[in-house]
Amino acid sequence: MLRYVIPLAVFLGLAALLWQGLGRNPSVVPSPLIDKPVPQFSLGRLKATDQRFDSADLAGEVCLLNVWASWCPQCRTEHPMLEQIARSGIVPVYGLNWKDKREDALRWLQRFGDPYAAIAHDPDNEVGIDFGVYGAPETFLIDAEGRIRYKHIGALTPQIWRDKLRPMIERLKNQSRQTGTQS
Amino acid sequence: MYFRTGPLTARSGRWLACIAVVLSLASMSAVAIDPMQFDDPAKEQRYRELIAELRCMVCQNQNLADSNAPLAQDLRRLVAERIRQGHSNARIKDFLVERYSEFVLYRPRVESKTWLLWFGPFLILAAGAGALLVLVRRRRSAPAEADPESEAEHT
Repeated sequence: MLRYVIPLAVFLGLAALLWQGLGRNPSVVPSPLIDKPVPQFSLGRLKATDQRFDSADLAGEVCLLNVWASWCPQCRTEHPMLEQIARSGIVPVYGLNWKDKREDALRWLQRFGDPYAAIAHDPDNEVGIDFGVYGAPETFLIDAEGRIRYKHIGALTPQIWRDKLRPMIERLKNQSRQTGTQS
Repeated sequence: MYFRTGPLTARSGRWLACIAVVLSLASMSAVAIDPMQFDDPAKEQRYRELIAELRCMVCQNQNLADSNAPLAQDLRRLVAERIRQGHSNARIKDFLVERYSEFVLYRPRVESKTWLLWFGPFLILAAGAGALLVLVRRRRSAPAEADPESEAEHT
């Protein structure tokens, strides 16, 4: 009896493992920066060119940092979602304009609208590398202490907002309310 | 007579030689994509080795040496700069792993996280060999039992 059970068990175990793997996207690489502080940086702003956008600007409240570019088609796809989030006022959405020419980026914003509270301009991928950015769009959820809590790779969908980001944001805001820091 | 009907005729042999030359030329051009200048040939050698061991995160089945992706260009430039500045291979790898995770290394490091990856196949091989050994021993020690079974299997 056992000689039939053992191979069957091994097969079922392997099948379960592989079945689970089918649902995963192999090109999504989990970020090693989760729970680490935002990397230090200082960039020029895309619009107000005389002002800087620093890593310190990401701390102080729970926020989203969205990596985007005018040449990125999925950024157009997620744009309505970003506008919705910005309008809701739940969290500010900051932009990291990645490997993009200023004129192209400004033209893109003119055409589609600007949901960002502020945009850092990173044309030479100085800062993208420190964030482990390997494509656009990518969205980071950053807590009030300036720690990266979640990274979403690809276009931000209503499902991700509803099922992952929104609950995390609520939790983080509650936490910081309890500890007395500003959220 | 053999050469006309055999697997490698003179004509197909020439085709194969052509294809082999073209392929080897194509792979050489990958190194010439953006030649990095090094004053020290040892540094250049290290650069070549490193970019062959690091994964392009965009085209994830290519290493940095072969990939045309803009991110690969950025990372090649970064690696070259750091080699020129005197960073060690380990330090450069650490820098990239910190940001992109272990996945950026084509050759995973041997540590507690990856020992199953490295030694798993050998463990499975050993388990399979062990099972085979047990099976063979059992068959040998009970040959009489096998006969009625094999007769039953004859349909």
